[in-house]
Amino acid sequence: MTSYARPAEGDRKLGLVIDLDTCVGCHACAVNCKEWNTSGHSAPLTDLEPWSRDASGVWFNRIHSFEAGEGAQGRTVHFPRSCLHCEEPACVEVCPTGASYKRVEDGIVLVNADTCIGCKLCSWACPYGAREFDEDEGVMKKCTLCVDRIYNENLPEAERVPACVSTCPAGARHFGDLGDPGSSVSRMVQERGGIELMPELGYKPVNRYLPPRPRTGGCGGGKAKALEPAIDTAALHPALRWLDRILSR
Amino acid sequence: MHPAFSVIVFTTASGAGYGLLALTGLVFAAGGFASMHWGFGFCAIGLGTALVAGGLVSSTLHLGRPERTLRALTQVRTSWLSREGALAALAFLPILGLFIGWVAMGLVDGPVRLAALAAALLSIATVHATAMIYRSLKPVHQWCNGHVVPVYHVLAAMTGALLLNALAHLWGAPSQALAAFALLACVAGAFLKERYWRFVDEDAAPSTPGTATGLSALGKVRLLDPPHTGSNYVMREMGFRVARKHALKLRRAALLLGFVAPALLLLVAALLGGATATVAATIAPVPALAGVLAERWLFFAEARHSASLYYGAEAA
Repeated sequence: MTSYARPAEGDRKLGLVIDLDTCVGCHACAVNCKEWNTSGHSAPLTDLEPWSRDASGVWFNRIHSFEAGEGAQGRTVHFPRSCLHCEEPACVEVCPTGASYKRVEDGIVLVNADTCIGCKLCSWACPYGAREFDEDEGVMKKCTLCVDRIYNENLPEAERVPACVSTCPAGARHFGDLGDPGSSVSRMVQERGGIELMPELGYKPVNRYLPPRPRTGGCGGGKAKALEPAIDTAALHPALRWLDRILSR
Repeated sequence: MHPAFSVIVFTTASGAGYGLLALTGLVFAAGGFASMHWGFGFCAIGLGTALVAGGLVSSTLHLGRPERTLRALTQVRTSWLSREGALAALAFLPILGLFIGWVAMGLVDGPVRLAALAAALLSIATVHATAMIYRSLKPVHQWCNGHVVPVYHVLAAMTGALLLNALAHLWGAPSQALAAFALLACVAGAFLKERYWRFVDEDAAPSTPGTATGLSALGKVRLLDPPHTGSNYVMREMGFRVARKHALKLRRAALLLGFVAPALLLLVAALLGGATATVAATIAPVPALAGVLAERWLFFAEARHSASLYYGAEAA
């Protein structure tokens, strides 16, 4: 059903916290997402014309790079973007068939590929561009928060996190229950002032982004100690030059 | 937003069809067609139904899985698209009742008038649901505003009135009231569209690259590198942009064809009378429908989705 119970205080709200301070923009999370999900819950993640110049396909996670600020204060911020599993997902409300739904038990927003008619209205309703239409299968696809990993008892416990989180080499992606104020992700959001994307539209996204930390000394900062000048060995006495060569080995 | 041909044809044709059916139903319910031949009813209801059905078939071409279309009638509690489908399906019942009563049995009062009224109200409700699909999409500022619903209603009434006026002329029973209503709708349509276009030009969307990334505290935010060198669904569907100079040309074309030309033809019909009037009234819906098609194309092409902010748009 596209009518859903809005999460109450204390309900589980599984989601991601993405640290924009440590993300290095390597795209490994997007690649591992594609790798896992092309044979996962919403498989396949179809690619059209995969070997041509116009290759185009379904991805649940895309990494943009932005510049923010001007001059010496300007910074490059790598920005991974995927479904935010909103508390008030208009994508679910507009679905005419009930194929789009929000799970009561953990807040994950999913699409039932067996009842989706491919009207694309949900993708219009998502302000974040998180839903991608599979033109080959004629149905809408989106991030599942790796629902087929996080509860998967066939995987070692440490691997029961979304594929993007498990692969991030910078430790910039965190997974947990944002409905629990004591969880590690909630504390991270609390301490670092986690950001909600496009709060003005009122979708109440669950995922949060941790802003880049303020610069402490600026570029170089002018505080590092200058290096000692190197010795001009050509000007040395031959015996000292021989000693320098031996000691430099 | 990408202007999908099937959706543009659907909203134009179904708008005209429901406008025609609503006016026919209202005039019939008020007893205005009591002396009209059943053949007139056949043409009015037949043309209205054909436009609506053709539009609905066209809209299913837009679906990825058209064979599952009937599932779209199930979520009327939350989805305006579902409501539109359910209302459209429901409207066919009194339309059929009106058709059987008036055309097949020659009845012009009693329960047939009730069916006519129900057909009119459900037709108006269906147009309202269509408009609300767009009106309720917060990521598209050019759709999510108070101008959209009145425009859909007035353009449906205008194209429907022009069609009914043409049929009345062809049946040798022109009505001054109907022509006056059509003329008024043309003027109202032009006024509402001008107001809408001023809104599109002047009113900024609430979302910016800064709010989309949450980085506004650092200063101006701009895209440095897109996620990939090629294209994707979101860029094609939501990132469509029409060049400003083309948009202005199309606005003029929509205004002249959609509102000015039919209004002039109605005036010619009113002033000259006779065969000229019949010809003028009969061709008046043609430029109007072409103008509304252009207007609908622009309604999509000038709409900007907030997701485009992630792909380099500086404003949504």
